[in-house]
Amino acid sequence: MEYYLSLFVRAVFIDNMALTFFLGMCTFIAISKKISTAVGLGIAVVVVLGITVPVNNLIYQHLLREGALSWAGYPEADLSFLGYLSYIGVIAALVQILEMFLDKYVPALYNALGVFLPLITVNCAILGASLFMVERDYTFAESAVFGLGAGVGWMLAITALAGVREKLKYSDVPEGLRGLGITFISVGLISLCFMSFGGIDL
Amino acid sequence: MARSKEVLFNPILDNNPIALQVLGICSALAVTVSMANTLVMCAAVTAVTAFSSLFISMLRNYMPSSIRIIVQMTIIASLVIVVDQLLQAYAFAISKTLSVFVGLIITNCIVLGRAEGFAMQNPPGLSFLDGIGNGLGYSALLVTVALIREPLGAGTLMGYEILPTVNNGGWYVPNGLMLLAPSAFFIIGLLIWALRSWKREQVESADYEIADNIQYREAL
Repeated sequence: MEYYLSLFVRAVFIDNMALTFFLGMCTFIAISKKISTAVGLGIAVVVVLGITVPVNNLIYQHLLREGALSWAGYPEADLSFLGYLSYIGVIAALVQILEMFLDKYVPALYNALGVFLPLITVNCAILGASLFMVERDYTFAESAVFGLGAGVGWMLAITALAGVREKLKYSDVPEGLRGLGITFISVGLISLCFMSFGGIDL
Repeated sequence: MARSKEVLFNPILDNNPIALQVLGICSALAVTVSMANTLVMCAAVTAVTAFSSLFISMLRNYMPSSIRIIVQMTIIASLVIVVDQLLQAYAFAISKTLSVFVGLIITNCIVLGRAEGFAMQNPPGLSFLDGIGNGLGYSALLVTVALIREPLGAGTLMGYEILPTVNNGGWYVPNGLMLLAPSAFFIIGLLIWALRSWKREQVESADYEIADNIQYREAL
């Protein structure tokens, strides 16, 4: 139990997807002007990461990795080169299914997340988490915890940035730095703050 | 002919994918610690963008629009697999240090952004040039960032020592910040500032105009 807790905390703070690995930066910068939309997108990312990482883990462990197909009579098959194609396919399909499911059964949540769900397919944080899962060789339980933790960490980061940007629009920024420029510098400062978590040893 | 030239060179300064279109930032930040990695990454992204634009543009009249994103992702993912296998075969060490970032070219917004925004409306030849142009714009910014980060952070460039560091008996004390994540944000922010001071039409308008400080004026 303690092990999973420390894995979760590590994924949220120390190995933060957005601020340590720069994943999901495009959406991170583009959709962080208002706190409410940032939180909506954050929740969508948590849900999608929490589902896709364990599902991709199952696919990797039972279909793609070297020797994984021995149950089907192909002990020497190694399909890991098909990884990218399968992971992105799973992500795109799951996002689509989630969208239809929410539309039918949870319309309130669908209306809140609607615009963001399709965007999430091309969010690097989602694919990145699946690739990290493969690289670090997580088990199924570990990958579920890691997926959720990575999502929560990303949500925390985008909410923090949206908070800073909401205050920032009242400040007198030099002309060329307005908008994108000052946002990059604020993200840099937030990322410096998150580095202080790096000293924590779990 | 004029149009081809415009499509090829505009993205480098006037319509830079990173500095103006806000596309493909993730890898721009992560791989720029060393110049060698940056060059490999730039070549990979340029190749994938150019060929995915070419193929998607060829297929643009046959794709039903409801499933076009999936078709585009499949084309892009297949191209990235080819690039990844090539890197593993011929540049294994670099492919190891780039780790997940080669795979992440799939979700690099430049590739899908150009496919959606340009290749779906334009003929294959022009789309191919547009892909190369945007790849070059991406490369231009990345190489500039790497040119600042590697020498100041480690005193080397492409692995050759150019600023002799104190540890090796020289005079330069390496700036550790340059090797860490936040420095990339600062450098890109400042590069955008420099670019927009030069190309003034790229400046964004302010959300709120700040009124002049009246008390200050009265004091004069």
